[in-house]
Amino acid sequence: MYKYDKIDHQLVSERVAQYRDQTRRYQAGELTEEEFRPIRLQNGLYIQRHAPMLRIAVPYGMLSSIQLRKLADIAKRYDKGYGHFSTRQNLQLNWPKLEDVPDILEELASVEMHAIQTSGNCIRNITTDQFVGVAPDEVVDPRAIAEIMRQWSTFHPEFALLPRKFKIAVSGTTNDRAVVQMHDIGMEFFKNKKDELRIKVWVGGGLGRTPILGTVIHENLKWQHALSYCEAIIRTYNMHGRRDNSYKARIKILVKSLGIEIFKQQVEEEWAHLKDGPLTITQEELDRVSAYFEPMPYEKLEVHDASFDTAVASNPAFASWVKRCTHPHKKDGYRAVTLSLKPHGKAPGDATSEQMDIVADLADAYSFGELRVSHEQNLILADVELADLFDVWEKAREHGLATPNIGLLTDMICCPGGDFCSLANAKSIPIAEAIQMQFDNLDYLHDIGDIELNISGCMNACGHHHVGHIGILGVDKDEEEFYQVSIGGKQGNDASLGKVIGRAFAADEMPSVVEKLIEVYLKERTAEERFIDTVRRIGADPFKAHVYAEKEAA
Amino acid sequence: MSQLIKGNAIVADEWTRVIPPIYGDEPVRKQAGKVVMFKLHGEDTFTQKQIDGTEIPATGKVLLPLPVWLAKKESLASRMAAGEIGIVLQTHEPIENLVAAFRDLNSLPVIAVYVEKFADGRNFTLGNLLRTRYDFKNELRAVGDIMRDQLFFLKRSGFDSYEIKAGRNAEEAIASLNDFTQPYQGGVNDVPVWRRIDRSQA
Ligand code: SF4
Repeated sequence: MYKYDKIDHQLVSERVAQYRDQTRRYQAGELTEEEFRPIRLQNGLYIQRHAPMLRIAVPYGMLSSIQLRKLADIAKRYDKGYGHFSTRQNLQLNWPKLEDVPDILEELASVEMHAIQTSGNCIRNITTDQFVGVAPDEVVDPRAIAEIMRQWSTFHPEFALLPRKFKIAVSGTTNDRAVVQMHDIGMEFFKNKKDELRIKVWVGGGLGRTPILGTVIHENLKWQHALSYCEAIIRTYNMHGRRDNSYKARIKILVKSLGIEIFKQQVEEEWAHLKDGPLTITQEELDRVSAYFEPMPYEKLEVHDASFDTAVASNPAFASWVKRCTHPHKKDGYRAVTLSLKPHGKAPGDATSEQMDIVADLADAYSFGELRVSHEQNLILADVELADLFDVWEKAREHGLATPNIGLLTDMICCPGGDFCSLANAKSIPIAEAIQMQFDNLDYLHDIGDIELNISGCMNACGHHHVGHIGILGVDKDEEEFYQVSIGGKQGNDASLGKVIGRAFAADEMPSVVEKLIEVYLKERTAEERFIDTVRRIGADPFKAHVYAEKEAA
Repeated sequence: MSQLIKGNAIVADEWTRVIPPIYGDEPVRKQAGKVVMFKLHGEDTFTQKQIDGTEIPATGKVLLPLPVWLAKKESLASRMAAGEIGIVLQTHEPIENLVAAFRDLNSLPVIAVYVEKFADGRNFTLGNLLRTRYDFKNELRAVGDIMRDQLFFLKRSGFDSYEIKAGRNAEEAIASLNDFTQPYQGGVNDVPVWRRIDRSQA
C-alpha cells in the first residue's frame, strides 16, 4: 500500500499544527461557532447528539496492521473502546472530546493517517472496491491513480469550499463493486482494444434526498487526463452549483437541470484550457506511485489444499463460513476473507479496540500485514492462503468476527442514525438489531440467500437505502419515528433505485414487515432467483399486497 | 488600523471600497424556511435604486462594484485614466461581464473579489481564471468574509492581497499564508509537487 515520504509527512504534520491553532482560536472565542463549523468539518469533526464525532480517513479503504492497532489504541484512550466503520470506508469515533482532537490527529499522523476532508463541502475520501488488487475479475488496479487523485484533491486551493460535498469512486473490475454510478464522479478503469488504459467517467450520481444514478460524461478518457478532466468538472460545478439551497447543491442537481449534453459541453470548454497542461499525469509519476501497489510476494501454491478440503468436508460450520465469508482470488491457493462486523444483535460496522487488535494480528500472521474496509462496513483480509483459512476462522470466531452472513440478510448496511447522528429522523441501529434477532437462524438465512438490506436514519442516505434490495428509511411523522420501506434497489453495473412500497411503519413492526417481504420471495422464487431477481420479475405488487393485506385485516 | 495584508505584511490601504446603500425595502429571500445566503451565478447584485444612490468619493482611489462602474463609467473616464479606479467583482457575477467591460483588464490597478460568506468558494475559481485565463497581472485582492483560514487557498488561487474582516487579527493571520510548505497539487503559481521536486528522492 502507499507509504508516506517526507512530503506527505510534512503536509500532515503541518495540518495538525494548523488544526491545533484553529481549535485554540475557537476555544478562545476568536472564531464563532458558525465560523468554526466549516473548519472543523473539513477535518471530519461533527458535533453530534452526545459528543463530537470524528471521522478518520481510510484512503480507498486500505489499512496496515500498524494503523489498525493505532486506531484501536486511540479508540481505547480517547473514546469508549470501539469505533464504527462507515459506508465511506472510513472509521468514526463517536465520543472524542473536541479539545482532544488535535492530539488524536497527531497520533494519527504518526501512522500516516489523518482526518482531512472526511466531511465538509469539499472532495471527500476516494473509495473503491474492497477486493482491489486481488479480485479475479479485475482488469485494472486503480489504486495508483486513486492515490494520485487523493493527493491532488487534498487541500486543493480552488475546491476547498464547494457548494456541497463531493464524492469520487474508482473501479477497475468488470463487476462494479465500488458503486461508481452513485457518486458525484465515478471512474471505471478499463483497457481498450489496443490494451491502453482508459477511463469511463460518470457524473452526477448520488443518493440523499434526490437519488439519481450517474450519467456517462466521457466514454473513453486517457488516464493521463484523469486530473485535468476532474478539475474541469469540478470547476464548472464550483461556479454554477446551487449554493442558495443546500438540498439542491449537489452536482447531480446541476447536471439534471442543465441536461448532460449542455453540462458536458461546459466541461469540455473548460477542459480545453486545462488539457495537456501541468495536470497531465506523467508516466514517471504513475510508475512512482504504482510501485507502492505491486502485487504481494505470493507463494506459488496449488489450486487445492488437502487440509483445507478436508476441513470443509468435515466441518459444516467452517464450510458455511468459507462459502459466505471467503472470496475468489487472482492467485491460485489464496482467498480474500471478510471478517463480519455484523454479528446478530450488534450495531453493524462497529468494532471494539480488542477486535481491531485481533484483526491486526490476523493481518500480520496471514495477510501480509494489510487489510481493507469495505463499504458494506466489514473488514477484509485480502491475501490468505487456503491452508491458513481454518486458523483464521477459529481465531475470528473466538472474537465474534466470523458470523457466516456476508451477503445475507443480516449483513446489512446501517448508518449510525438517531442514536448518534444529530441529523437523524429516526434510530437505525435498533431496527438493524431487531431484524438481526428476527433472522437469527443461520439455516434460514442461507436459504434466503443473497440479499442486501440497507438502513438510513434520514434522507441523507448514509446507509444507502435507495440501492438496497430492501431499503429502510427513517422518517419523522409528528415527532414519532417511522420507517419507509422500498424494494428493488440494487448496486453494481445494473444499478437501480428502490421504490417505496407504501405507507411507513412503526419501529416494532419492522421485523415482521421484512419477514413478510421474504415470505413472498420464498413463495414466488424460481430455483435460480435471488430476492432482487424475483422483485424485478414479478414487480412490487405481490409484496405490497402481502405486507399491507394482513395488516389491514389485523 | 489597516486589515490589509500584502506581501507578508500589513500595509496601509490607499483604496476606498465603495458600498452601495441598503434601503431595507428588499424582500428577504427564503427557501425551505431558511434565509438564502448565496446569490446564484448571473443574478443581479444591486437594484437600480441602489446603484443610483451610490456615492463615490470625489477624490482618491476607489474600488467600485462592477455594476456601479458600468452605470457611471462615462463620468469616471478621467479618473480611470488616472489609475484611480479598481473594480470589485462579486462571486456570483459572471467573470465574462468584467472581461467584456475592459479592453485591457490590466488597465485596472486592482481587482477585488468579494465573498459574502466564508463558505462561498467561488472566489478561488475566479482568482484562478483571472490569472491563468485572462492574464491579469496587477493586484488581486480578496475582500468580504475573509479570515486567515482561507489565506493559503487564496494565495494559491492567484490572490496577492487580502483584507481580513473587521475584528480579526490580521497581524497573526499572515502566518497562514505559509501553512503548508509543499502542497500536493499545483496552484496558479506552481505546478504539481511531482513536477516541482524529484519525489523519488524525497
Ligand atoms: S443517513 Fe441521516 S441519520 Fe444516518 S448517519 Fe446519515 S445523516 Fe445521520
